[in-house]
Amino acid sequence: MSKVRIPPMLREEVGGAREVPAEGANVRELLDDLMDRFPALRAQLVRDDEIAPFVNVYVEGEDVRTLDGLDTPVAPGQTVILLPAMAGGAEPPAVDGSRPAEPASAADSAR
Amino acid sequence: MPTYRELLAQLRSEIDEVDAVRARELLAGDDPPLLVDIREFDEWAEGKIPGAVLIPRGNLESRIEQVAPEKSRPILLYCAQGNRTVFGAKSLGELGYTDVISLAGGYTDWKRNGFDTELPGGLDDAKRARYSRHLLIPEVGEEGQLKLLDSRVLLLGAGGLGSPAALYLAAAGVGTLGIVDDDRVDASNLQRQVLHSTARLGDWKAESAKRTLQELNPDVDVKTYVERLTSENVERILADGWDVIVDGADNFPTRYLVNDAAVWHGIPLVHGSIYRFEGQISVFDPAHGGPCYRCLFPLPPPPELAPSCAEGGVLGVLPGIVGSLQASEALKLCLGIGESLSGRLLLFDALVTEFSEVKLRKDPDCPVCGESPTITEYVDYVEFCSGRAAHA
Repeated sequence: MSKVRIPPMLREEVGGAREVPAEGANVRELLDDLMDRFPALRAQLVRDDEIAPFVNVYVEGEDVRTLDGLDTPVAPGQTVILLPAMAGGAEPPAVDGSRPAEPASAADSAR
Repeated sequence: MPTYRELLAQLRSEIDEVDAVRARELLAGDDPPLLVDIREFDEWAEGKIPGAVLIPRGNLESRIEQVAPEKSRPILLYCAQGNRTVFGAKSLGELGYTDVISLAGGYTDWKRNGFDTELPGGLDDAKRARYSRHLLIPEVGEEGQLKLLDSRVLLLGAGGLGSPAALYLAAAGVGTLGIVDDDRVDASNLQRQVLHSTARLGDWKAESAKRTLQELNPDVDVKTYVERLTSENVERILADGWDVIVDGADNFPTRYLVNDAAVWHGIPLVHGSIYRFEGQISVFDPAHGGPCYRCLFPLPPPPELAPSCAEGGVLGVLPGIVGSLQASEALKLCLGIGESLSGRLLLFDALVTEFSEVKLRKDPDCPVCGESPTITEYVDYVEFCSGRAAHA
């Protein structure tokens, strides 16, 4: 059993919990366990069977992309942190305010 | 027990000395020694040898490592007559410095030879009083304070994060602060944006910030940019020259824009973001080997995954904590001291009062700071959720 830290913008998907336990010998199994119980998380965390590019997953403070990705082993008792990008600063909305639209070049500004 | 004269004579035989002519040759050579003036401040204020740093004799042992971390570095010490430096050189030898020489005859003999001197651009009495608590810290001191007064920090946003950051940077005597903000003060801001006040409702935030900061510290020159940072104006604003950028933006388009600009201009970026009870702080400094924001998040999240706007919100004091940490990082970067948060993301959760940290690594495939960048010009991401162009 490992602990998974849920970021504030994903807590609604897990019933408000700050941390949830999950089972799995590696990140893939652990996320599968988590997403089986909280299906709404799937779209937030995974793209094409990979960790979504706008989310980082850390095992004991190390980015799993610098380890073995989804195959990174997770030992019982270790802490896993899910970290989506967070924009907030001066004003709400925080994470929710933007979209990647079609990148426009400086020459034909999208605004 | 020896007398002072006897001790001086004995120590003089144990250290290396050079006369003014030889000292001048060494200083003009290819590998000049670090020149340290160990007199008192009032002696220094009347004139010094060009290129010297001041470390009064009483602080020599405690401060020398700040200016000479490598103990093999050649050091030339001088005082008024060449006596205090005998004791100073002996003491540095005991600290492990292997190449310390004393200027025989000191500053007096240097001047007698007609060699160049200059007046130090030191702090006046008012500044010495205002920044006295900085002057007492060996890592800052007079030299550091002069550096701060000469530093230029650009703040994106005079809001929740920008408020504490700007207040502390101004109080610290950062000589020039730039503030980019295109919004006006609204009642809903005052729960956390401590630069502003009820009397300023409706004023431009950048202008309100300027008034507050100049009342706090008239030494600070505040430049205001009442505009939203865009691909159109980013080059113009950066052309004013900044040592550090503090990112207190509230939206992804600005975050990515300023990241890319900071990478291309080689300016360290102090990142802070907040949501409800939680904050994140880091320093992005690829010019010194660290990762950038796009190493962490190559692209913003897609809109369909974002919670609705109404779900935002933030505990009023949270930006006070996160913005103050940003100010602390910015001051260290200006001073060139300590270890920054480059390569680390600090996470703070106010609800359970917990700091944690994750490692950030430079991504060799980063689209902006990687080995083969795929993004080479500014990208305008579109803001849509809040129904207005959100701003820093």
